[in-house]
Amino acid sequence: MDVGIRITNLRKVYTAPPPAAAQVRGGPMTGVKFFKRPDKKKYEVVALDGISLEISPGEIFGLLGPNGAGKSTTVGVLTTRIRPTSGDAWIGGFEVWRERVQVKRLIGVVPQKPNLDFALTAREMLTYHAAYFGMPAAERARRSAELLDRFQLSDRADSLASGFSGGMMQRLSIARALMHDPQVLFLDEPSTGLDPQTRLLLWELIRDFNQRGHTVMLTTHNMDEADALCHRLAIVDHGRVIATGTPEELKRSVPGGFVVRLQFDRVSDELAASLAQIQGVTEVQRPPEGGLDLYADRGGTLIPHIVSASAAAGATISDVHISEPSLENLFLHHTGRSLRR
Amino acid sequence: MNLQAFLAMLGRDGRVARRNFLPLLLQNLVQPMLFVFVFGRVMTTSGMMPESYKSLLLPGIIAISMLLSGLQAVAFPMIADFQFSREIEDRLLAPMEIEWVAIEKVVAGSIQALVAGGVVIPMAWLILGTGLQISFAQPFELLVLAVLVAVLAAAIGLTLGCSLGQAQIGIMFSLIVGPMIFFGCTYYPWSALAAFPVLQKVVLLNPFVYASEGFRSALAPQFPHLSGYIVFGGLVIFNAVFLRLGLRQFRKKAIG
Repeated sequence: MDVGIRITNLRKVYTAPPPAAAQVRGGPMTGVKFFKRPDKKKYEVVALDGISLEISPGEIFGLLGPNGAGKSTTVGVLTTRIRPTSGDAWIGGFEVWRERVQVKRLIGVVPQKPNLDFALTAREMLTYHAAYFGMPAAERARRSAELLDRFQLSDRADSLASGFSGGMMQRLSIARALMHDPQVLFLDEPSTGLDPQTRLLLWELIRDFNQRGHTVMLTTHNMDEADALCHRLAIVDHGRVIATGTPEELKRSVPGGFVVRLQFDRVSDELAASLAQIQGVTEVQRPPEGGLDLYADRGGTLIPHIVSASAAAGATISDVHISEPSLENLFLHHTGRSLRR
Repeated sequence: MNLQAFLAMLGRDGRVARRNFLPLLLQNLVQPMLFVFVFGRVMTTSGMMPESYKSLLLPGIIAISMLLSGLQAVAFPMIADFQFSREIEDRLLAPMEIEWVAIEKVVAGSIQALVAGGVVIPMAWLILGTGLQISFAQPFELLVLAVLVAVLAAAIGLTLGCSLGQAQIGIMFSLIVGPMIFFGCTYYPWSALAAFPVLQKVVLLNPFVYASEGFRSALAPQFPHLSGYIVFGGLVIFNAVFLRLGLRQFRKKAIG
């Protein structure tokens, strides 16, 4: 069965603080815009501001953006845990909010932080999970043993999960999400807090799941992860999609590809104009936090030209940072802000 | 409704309860047993209370043990689940309407309350010693009553567990559960409040009253007690109110 995901003009506006169980972790608040009307003192947080996405069956799709961009809220809506304010979300042929039970049969969810059932052993957690999905007992036993083995948890299979390390919990979370053989896997910030070795294992498991024709949606604020793992990406910020495409396409869309971030003792229009004249520089932006960002087709070899142009304009450079073509630059280009704040 | 998933969740709760059987039992029964010993044994043996007080006390103790264990069995895990452990998310993602997850919790809590009631009777009997005048003449009435009280306990647990945060557990006991116990006709019959006419009316808003008085009428009918119609009517109404309220609060907590 080929199951894709479609989201049309999805909005989520909180008019009261979200309940803890549905709250998205990792960020300060999912919140993006606060409107405090002095007359009403009404709480209103726009978490999703009209997101539309189309994810094909069998794709690994990434939502990339800073904390609070709306990534986890999007996943929350798609996994039936958050009620959208307006707009549609479909998984396969099911409208998510109206056909929650059918949708839940199709999806596996790995939350941002493990929400394991600590009263149970690792093996029980898998077998009870499968029992919720109506899997016969013999198959539950076989499949749980197989997954525990594949996720390198066999030696602790019959211990309570409360003593597990972060990496083990994360692996168990993924094993549990795969237990009922879902068609679509959601992973919310799957590699946060994982050591590099476990992260590689995780990537391998995700690719493996995907190679069997299943769809994967993951959120991340890690550029390398998005670049290495995802077939296509959507860059989100403030509850909106800023750009979509393959990692390659997105990186190519940044003018020049390279970014030279410069700090000066003072910035003038004259300075910006003269830097824009340098050959190879495609665009000069003034980011909100000060300095100038040069988008260019090369990096280090521009420095002598920048230094002389600056000196001619009477400005002194206090800091230079060169970054090569990356998703980071793309985010910077679209928002004027760095992802790694 | 997905019976398979529902039964699997009951199985999960049964497993966890069996694993924690002794601590659960101690948590729920030590306090009522201390009450039984001090009021039912020490006070009566010393002559400060008439011996008949034992038989008046026992139904109240059964009610209170069932109510507390059913309430705690649902409220405590709910508070923890919704506040930090999020263990319940796994069940919210099961292919079943989420309301059934709450109903499953109520059923599991009711079973725990029934077990507590079943354990407390012989234990209290042992502690109270001779002179107990308890009748099991109406087993059917007693059974229906026990089920209604058990569900009520779990439904109150659901409502409190989905309305309060962890920081309010202390407050829950001192401001809600405490007064419900002491104004719940546990240690005295409702008729004993005749000297406090206003209080006697107000306590009728307390669901615990119907549980205590119900067990009194079933097990020790020699004492004055509320009529069966009032008891059963009260229990049915409070069950409906708390189930509705509990489900509403649950939905609010579970869906963003």
